[in-house]
Amino acid sequence: MEQSKELKVSAIKDGTVIDHIPANNLFRVISILGLDKIDNHLTFGNNLDSKKLGHKAIIKISDKFFEDTEINKIALVAPQAKLNIIKDYKVIEKKVVNVPTEIIGIAKCVNPKCITNNENVTTKFKVLDGNDVTLKCLYCEKITDKDNLVIIK
Amino acid sequence: MKNRSLVSIEDYTKDEILQILDRAAEFEKKPIQTILNGYVIASLFFEPSTRTRLSFESAVNKLGGRIIGFSDSGSSSVKKGESLNDTILTVANYSDLIVMRHPIEGAAKLASEVSPVPVVNAGDGANQHPTQTLLDMYSILKTQGTLENLNIFLVGDLKYGRTVHSLLMAMSHFNTTFNFISPEELKMPDEYKLYLDNLGLKYYEHTDFTKYIAEADIVYMTRVQRERFSDPMEYEKVKNVYVLRNSMLENTKSNMKVLHPLPRVNEIHQDVDTNEKAYYFQQALNGVYTRQAIIATILGL
Repeated sequence: MEQSKELKVSAIKDGTVIDHIPANNLFRVISILGLDKIDNHLTFGNNLDSKKLGHKAIIKISDKFFEDTEINKIALVAPQAKLNIIKDYKVIEKKVVNVPTEIIGIAKCVNPKCITNNENVTTKFKVLDGNDVTLKCLYCEKITDKDNLVIIK
Repeated sequence: MKNRSLVSIEDYTKDEILQILDRAAEFEKKPIQTILNGYVIASLFFEPSTRTRLSFESAVNKLGGRIIGFSDSGSSSVKKGESLNDTILTVANYSDLIVMRHPIEGAAKLASEVSPVPVVNAGDGANQHPTQTLLDMYSILKTQGTLENLNIFLVGDLKYGRTVHSLLMAMSHFNTTFNFISPEELKMPDEYKLYLDNLGLKYYEHTDFTKYIAEADIVYMTRVQRERFSDPMEYEKVKNVYVLRNSMLENTKSNMKVLHPLPRVNEIHQDVDTNEKAYYFQQALNGVYTRQAIIATILGL
């Protein structure tokens, strides 16, 4: 099958392209990375066709380069995301998202009786299983799995 | 262990557990001392638990320490809407150590993070109650002479019972064989069985008392609570199955002891009380020595 060469989202000179984001999680990724609060030139496309995901989203951010720890925060909502680091219209580096061992903030604890759902406390989890999203709350010790995952914000 | 909070039984290694139990034995020989003279211990009970509170307060008083605090949140600033963070930071100014009971799970962990003085968790919701576990272990050690290679029967509510979960985790250091006796609805959760599998420890599951009780070194009873059942008929069916009676102890081992975290309702018939194998009231007394050991160790005394 011939692939369309037409770019659905225009190319950038320098910056980062985040590809293979599940379509339904585009705005979560934007929110987690704080892209709604920056001044950089930002373009994104959603509900694009993807062989891997069915529908995917893509984000291009000019003049923005992420630290690994920063980018790993999106692992919960876009574990298959790929990053292309662009310099002068060329991909100079590719990165994948690694699930961190600890998740701070981002997710909500499933246990309604957990202190993090009752007081103003940032959630903290140990990641027991990154591929299948299994988080152990470091406060109440209950497990939050993929089916119960709620992203804060 | 000095200055370290005790939030979860997993905060202590095997050696640290043994160190606390050694110290508890010293306090049992000499429970009245003056080492806490001049110390102020805060006892913050955000929900009532008279038994646990009195045990801590007795432990502190016998060592010459002073207690400040409250016995339920209705009489504290929590009622006015103060956050746990603020309550802890304030009380830490007035005390050398905080003992805290709270209905919300993870509250003790949060308190230990914000508090400049060490925090001892006296129960956070259905999560952890490490001083109960340590006193259970002290009772086992004292009656069996060892913690190694014992056969422990856990009976009753094994699904929600935090005491049995913590005890299982802690005893897994000592090559314990476990027998679980519970109704189908209140079986030991898979995560704990998996934990034992990974350690290569043996366990057996039963839905009623079996002849194998003759092999038990410890029978640890818990309460089967009505509110745990989605179907009230189920509760009515099982409520009398998990009652221990004196006649059932006839062929048990001579060293066998019956433990219970208390309060008991009807799961141990009163006719067991006079049997020398009934140990639950001494177990409660052991709680005072164990808590003395925990407080003294954390304060570095």
